[in-house]
Amino acid sequence: MEKIFSRTKGLTSLPFHYCPGCTHGIIHRLIGEVLEELDIIGDTIGVAPVGCAGFSLDFFSCDFVGAAHGRAQAVATGMKRALPEKLVFTYQGDGDICAIGTSHAIHTAARAEKITSIMVNNAIFGMTGGQMAPTTLAGQITATSPYGRNCQLAGNPIDLPKIIATLDGAVYVAAVSVDSPQQIIAAKKAIKKGFQVQQAGLGFAFISILSTCPTNWGLSPVESLKWLRQNMLPLYQMGELKATKEVSAL
Amino acid sequence: MKGNEAIAEAAIRSGCGLFFGYPITPSTEIMEYLAKKLPQAGGTILQGEDEVASINMCYGAAASGARVMTASSSPGFSLKQEGLSYLAAAELPVVVVNVNRTGPGLGGLGPAQSDYFQCTKGGGHGDYRLIVLTPSKGQELYDYTMQAFDLADQYRNPVLILADGFLGQMMEPVELKVRSREELPPKEWVTDGCRGREKRKIASYALTNEIGEANCLYWQTKYNQIKDRLQRWENFYADDAEYLLVGYGTCGRIAKSVVLTARQQGVRLGLLRPITVWPFPEKAFWGLHERVKGIMTIELNAGQMIEDVKLAVQCKTPVHFYSRQGGMLPTEREIWQAFCRTFQLALTEEEL
Repeated sequence: MEKIFSRTKGLTSLPFHYCPGCTHGIIHRLIGEVLEELDIIGDTIGVAPVGCAGFSLDFFSCDFVGAAHGRAQAVATGMKRALPEKLVFTYQGDGDICAIGTSHAIHTAARAEKITSIMVNNAIFGMTGGQMAPTTLAGQITATSPYGRNCQLAGNPIDLPKIIATLDGAVYVAAVSVDSPQQIIAAKKAIKKGFQVQQAGLGFAFISILSTCPTNWGLSPVESLKWLRQNMLPLYQMGELKATKEVSAL
Repeated sequence: MKGNEAIAEAAIRSGCGLFFGYPITPSTEIMEYLAKKLPQAGGTILQGEDEVASINMCYGAAASGARVMTASSSPGFSLKQEGLSYLAAAELPVVVVNVNRTGPGLGGLGPAQSDYFQCTKGGGHGDYRLIVLTPSKGQELYDYTMQAFDLADQYRNPVLILADGFLGQMMEPVELKVRSREELPPKEWVTDGCRGREKRKIASYALTNEIGEANCLYWQTKYNQIKDRLQRWENFYADDAEYLLVGYGTCGRIAKSVVLTARQQGVRLGLLRPITVWPFPEKAFWGLHERVKGIMTIELNAGQMIEDVKLAVQCKTPVHFYSRQGGMLPTEREIWQAFCRTFQLALTEEEL
């Protein structure tokens, strides 16, 4: 029988140990496939900070560096400046890049750092057990907002791609989701473009991916996908937020 | 050249390819000098958005195998502690400069040694150590910086040049010596893309306590090896001394004049000037109690290095302390008088 699907070479053979229904695994596969399709596994270095994203060091077949919480983009900057001909990407959660790492997110984009940053947004701190993140929705119950996020008290959710898109150095900004096959196909295209932008040396590329956290949301995997669609998709601006002429011409 | 410039020039001549920094007085000339000269030498300099970014940029560059440096002064150095802890754990060779100014808090711009604990005891979280070199003049700022790059590569550990505002700002002639490259271990651990080899990773997490303990024991083995091999100090009239001054950096320099004054007065005073303050040169103090009646440390803080001296002499010799703080420097005369008072040496007004 003809084999029509197999594990991408962009991932190692190690089984994921993410929670059931978590969409990190889908996003990992998409990145792995892009690395393989562009034939850049051997030329790419990934950087992941702490959090569930921190597990990714072992799952990708490219070289990988673990960074401190929030610091992945600063580490990636140092790496890219030292190895301008190589490809460098960061893989960060929303609790990382939208909170402790925000200053690096802004300045990495402002400097037009020629790296690709991928934010996995599940509106919560996953690894530490479901605490409120800057991306947590109004009213959302978390371990540190047990009565629901009160925006009077804790402010409003941050839509980071919108902010990054305002900076000249960010040449490609896309917000995608992995809650359905169509969205997954679109997400892969965006990830691929993010790496192609870097290959062309055009500037900073940022891809935000809406993701689920069934464990900390307290929902089943299927309910989580529904919750994402009903609550996150309407709130966060989706699609290609920014693509310069040079990027569109790729 | 200015002391800070000597550090910068030494970095270029050591093959430092990248510098990441954030301006802060009195260390900024290092970055300003490199901003002009490093690109001419084919290197890269980048001003980070803060100290935290700068030290983490160093982390990334070091992971790629490049020689890299950052520099700051006390409040900025505090911000680098998180990054230093990660660098030590990931065993990444980076040269870091702290041109010590006063603290706590914002403090002032004057020279100080008040970061001694922070620099020598592991200023961030976890059981780690930096190799810490303490120059006392322009030439040493240059020489020790060159050595720092080799030591960082040799031991896969961050190395700190601990200076102060006085040394950084002072103008002195410096001979730009060429240092022969030491035989250094090949960097078979760098993450620079795995084409043609196995994937590598650089990280510092431990998923189980067993791995965590194994890591700690491994690091401590390395630190013990460094302790054993790398203690450095300058012995200035210490071989026959009845009394000893101990001071590093600027204090070590001033103390030399005090020793010469004492010798003129017939007092057998000597100086031990630590060159490494981690590892602290304990070996210099072994057996001294049989001859030395008393020791006085000279510091620009409230008494920090004195603790290491007391440990080194194992309380067999009385250890006293003299300091100025908050940016003030002791004069040679002041130290001499304090020494005579402390050890109750009866001297005439003229001799004082």
